[in-house]
Formats: sequence, C-alpha cells, structure tokens
Amino acid sequence: MSRAVAPAGEDTQRTGRSSGLRRRVWRERSAYLFIAPGVIVFSVFTLAALIFAFYLTFHRWSIIEPDRPFVGTQNYEDMIHDERFVQSVLNTVYFTGASVPLTMIIGLGLALLLNQPIRGRAIFRTAYYLPVVTPFVVSALLWKWLYNGEFGLFNYYLMRTRLIDEPLLWLSDRNLAMPAVVLMSVWSGVGFSMVVYLAGLQAIPAQLYESAKIDGAGMWRRIRHVTIPLLRPTTLFLLVIGIIGSLQVFTQIFVMTSGGPVNRTTTMVYYMYLWAFKYYDMGYASTLAFALFAMLLVFTALQLRLFRDGGTE
Amino acid sequence: MTDVTDEQTIPALAPPPPARPKKRKRPLDKDHVTLRAKLGSYLILAPVAILFVAPFAWLISASFQPISTIFANPPTWLPDDPTLDGYKGFLNLGELSEAQQAQGHGDWRWFANSAFVAVTITVLQTFFNALCAYAFAKRRFPGRNVIFVLFLATMMVPGQVTLIPNYIIIQHIPFFGGNDWLGNGGHGWLDSYWGLIMPGVVSAFGIFLLRQFMLSIPDELLDAARVDGAGELRIFWSVVLPLCTPALAANAIFTFQGAWEDFFWPLVILSDPDKLTAPVGLALFVVQNRTDWNLLFAGSVIATLPMILVFVIFQRHFVRGIAVTGIKG
Repeated sequence: MSRAVAPAGEDTQRTGRSSGLRRRVWRERSAYLFIAPGVIVFSVFTLAALIFAFYLTFHRWSIIEPDRPFVGTQNYEDMIHDERFVQSVLNTVYFTGASVPLTMIIGLGLALLLNQPIRGRAIFRTAYYLPVVTPFVVSALLWKWLYNGEFGLFNYYLMRTRLIDEPLLWLSDRNLAMPAVVLMSVWSGVGFSMVVYLAGLQAIPAQLYESAKIDGAGMWRRIRHVTIPLLRPTTLFLLVIGIIGSLQVFTQIFVMTSGGPVNRTTTMVYYMYLWAFKYYDMGYASTLAFALFAMLLVFTALQLRLFRDGGTE
Repeated sequence: MTDVTDEQTIPALAPPPPARPKKRKRPLDKDHVTLRAKLGSYLILAPVAILFVAPFAWLISASFQPISTIFANPPTWLPDDPTLDGYKGFLNLGELSEAQQAQGHGDWRWFANSAFVAVTITVLQTFFNALCAYAFAKRRFPGRNVIFVLFLATMMVPGQVTLIPNYIIIQHIPFFGGNDWLGNGGHGWLDSYWGLIMPGVVSAFGIFLLRQFMLSIPDELLDAARVDGAGELRIFWSVVLPLCTPALAANAIFTFQGAWEDFFWPLVILSDPDKLTAPVGLALFVVQNRTDWNLLFAGSVIATLPMILVFVIFQRHFVRGIAVTGIKG
C-alpha cells in the first residue's frame, strides 16, 4: 500500500540499489570463500559460545543432571553473596597489582641496561628471555620444587646465607603463598617486557638523546624526561596485555597451590574452574566467567582513558 | 637529514653551552659508554642473569639424577653418576627396572600428541588467518566492515568465558564420538584431536595482525596480477603470501608456542591418559602429589626443548615479529 503512495522514482531507485548490492555480492563472491573457514569456526566457537555462555548464566546447568531449569538472576545474586568469590576477586587483584608493575619495572630496567653498546648483550637477552620460552607448566612445577619446604633450593640457600633460620613453607604458608606465586610469575614474564621495551627503545631517535645531552641533561634526567615519556605507548601496551593476562591467572595456581592454603591463592579463573569441572555447575561457573569479563572491560577502558587523557599524543 | 634535525634542536640564539671541563675530549658519540657505567651495568646484569638461568641449570642437572640425589641436602649440581632413568621412566620407553615400574611412568605419546596438535593448529591457523586477512585488507565486499568489527570486538573476550560453552558444544558435535545427528548420546569431540584443534584454527588477533601487514601491499601490484589474468587464489598464493612472510612467520611462531604450552583447554577436555598433551601430563603428575621428581624433571626438559628450538631458529623473526605486530614503541 505504501508502495503505491511512494513516488515512482524512489521505488526504482530502491530496487536499483538492492540489485546493485546483489551484483556486488556476486562480483566479490570469491572474497566470501576466503573468509568462509574463519567465519564458520568463529561463529561456532566464539559467537555462538558467547551467546550460549550468557544463556547459561540464567540457568542451573549441570553436566550430570538432565534437568536444567531457568533460574533468572539467581546465579548473579548467589555470586554477590558468595564469600569465596569475593575472596577470589581480592586474590586476583592482589596478584595483578603485584606482578604486573614488578614485571614491567624490572623489564624496563633490564632493557635500559641492555640498550647500551656493551659486550654480551645477546647472551644476557637470551638469559632473561629463557623463562618466557619455557612452557608455563614447566616453570610452575620447577618453582614448586624450588619452594619445597624440605628439599627446595630456596630454603637451602637462604639458610646457608643466614637470611632465614627456619625453613619457610612457601606455598603452604597463608601469607607467603601468594607472594611466592607472584615471584615465579615475575620471573617468567620479565623477559617479554624487556624485549618489548627494547624494541620501543630502539625506535627512539638517537638525536633526541644527543640534544638532551647537549642541553646538559644527565643520565637520570634523560631517562626521566626523554625515554620514559617516549615509551608511553609501549608501557600502555604492556600494561594492558599484562593486566589482561594476570587477571586470567590459572596455570601457576593449578600446579603450585591448587588454590590453597585456605583459599589464599584461589583466583577468579581457578574458582570458575572449580565450579565448572569439580562441582559441575556450568551455570554458576559461566556467571563467574562473566564477572571476570566485566572486570577486564572496566580495567582496559580505564587504562585507555587514563593514557589518552594524560597522553602526549 | 641528521644535520637538519640537529640544527633544529639547537636554537640559533641560545647561549653557547657552558664550557665543560676538559675530560669531554671525545666527540659526542652515542656508542660511547664510560667504563664506570659499563661496570655498573654488568654488576646488575650478571647476577640477575644467574638468577634467571640457575633454575634451568638445576632442572637439566636434576633430570639426569636418580631420585636419591635430587632429594639430597646439599643439592647436587653436577651428578656424579648421570642416569637416563628419569627420561626412560617419563617416556615409558625401553626396559624399566622393577624399581622404576613401582615408581610409575609417563607416556611418550603425550609428546607426540602435543607435537601433532601444535603443528596442525599452526599450519591451519596461519593459512586460515591469512585467507581472512587478505579478504579484509584487499577486497571490497558487502558486509566486510561489519564482519571485521565483529572479529575485533571479540578479541577482548577472555578465553574463560567461551571455555565452558565450548566444552558443552564440543561434547555435542553431531556424528562424532557416538553422537547422533542432534549431538546427543556420546562424548563428541571430547578426548579427541578434533576437540583440541578445531577451536584453535582461527584467531581474531592473528587476522588483525596479518590484515594490518597486508594493508601495506600496494593495490597496483594486485591489479597488475589481475590484468595478467591471475585468479584470486593465484594472487593470494603467489603475490600476497610471499610478501607477507615476516608477518606469517610471526603468526606461526606465536601460534606454535601458544598451542604447545596450552594448558587449560586440553586439561578440561582430555581425560583418557593416552590422549593427554605434554603440559597436562606433567601437571597431573604434580597435582597428584607424586614424588617421582626425576621423571618430572626429565619430562620438563623434553617439553621445553621444542620451544627453545623454535626460539633459537627463529630468533630474528621474534624481534621482527614484535615490530610487525605493531608494537613500535
């Protein structure tokens, strides 16, 4: 009916446009073949999975029970009142807050030292990068041994050098377990920060340093006023990547502490793992996963905002 | 060019820099580092390097020790009597002595599984990523931007959010693992190579990186190939891919490493002891509180070797990889 009212010109224009679209689709048909494998896999394991995960959060869904009732926002309410969940968030924030800055600062320091024309740079770079190349599970179990209370190398050498009198129970001490995991994670992450910072440092034109030198700036002032501001994009990149990675910490926890002692190292992802694959409650576990997702989004948005506002760009 | 910028940075009317004590005889040379700074640098670099390398030295040494000296105090750094028992035991190869059999063993298949899965994922993902990236970078087809933005948007989604639904999806793949056409009845792709490989054959991040790289290929080159009568597949294979070698290498290296040490996904979908990958096999060994640390250390060394090899062989690509992935500082 509306078509009869519409002016004739618009009508032909519309059909013209849609047949044009069809023609363009047909002309570029090979492009769709190019993206087909990617799009199919992506649709199933990312898009469908994401929608399904959201659906799960509103259901009580156990792998072992056939009955999977809709429970509304029950899972979300449970989560807010779940003390262990709150504890897992705090643990995760603790881990991230300690490991990310440490990894970045040590990485920057090493990169600055290695950016000088000194002998043996390649050897040092390889040494620091070695832990990055090591499979994470291997690093975790190696450190689990190093931390061993009775036979571990840490206790042995710390006692030999009289730094401690009693052997420390690194991974089973309530207050030491998380720092121990942080230390291991820093060890395995520093090499990456270093390499990225080195790449950033090499992109800084040498003239800037020379002119700063001519202006009488000492080494510290050059680092403070030339290097660090120019490394801002690198720092932002490492910060975002580091925080995203640390909030998802799992492997170290699984191998080294299994979340103990008394939940002191139960991180968000480990807690989610427990609910999904030990208690088989996929609905609640998905809800926990979405909480993590929300946290990631908030953190990343905050950082990007922070850097854009105070940025030099 | 250097001269121009130097002149620009020194204002013509600025007072001459204060005369410096005579020690500044050398011309300003960026490669010049004072001896003191050098020594200081080594004083920091060397001990830190030792801290970084010592655990590996211990790992390698311990992998050749019998269990008795591993637990000895003080620790043995150089085994008097190196043995391959740990390796034999973890790989479950060769004749195991009675003591070893009592101790339990690993399985060489874990490494074969890891190798097969990691190589397959690397090859397929690099290829599929490149296909997508080419279409997004160089073709103008309706819907391109919508699909591309959709890919990009999901880069933010952490793997854990899709892990649980994917577990259920994998379990219900029709016609596999005893499933009917509705995907019920069996275990689907759980406990199979399919389940390990398929979710990993595309990566939004990889597509994004390759696309950025391909944008720099001039359109004229592709048009010239078209004029010469090359089909789209031919252009992609013979013109685009060779030009993208650095980016493809970076994508392949990072994918291989990620796949080789992937832990969470294999951990949840595998349960058959024959089907485990190396990291999962190792981790389950530890978590079950086994005390056969000599096996564990031997297994760890083997699990680390491919990563080190890839790193050593492609070291140059690593640095370039970081450059092409857009992290330019």
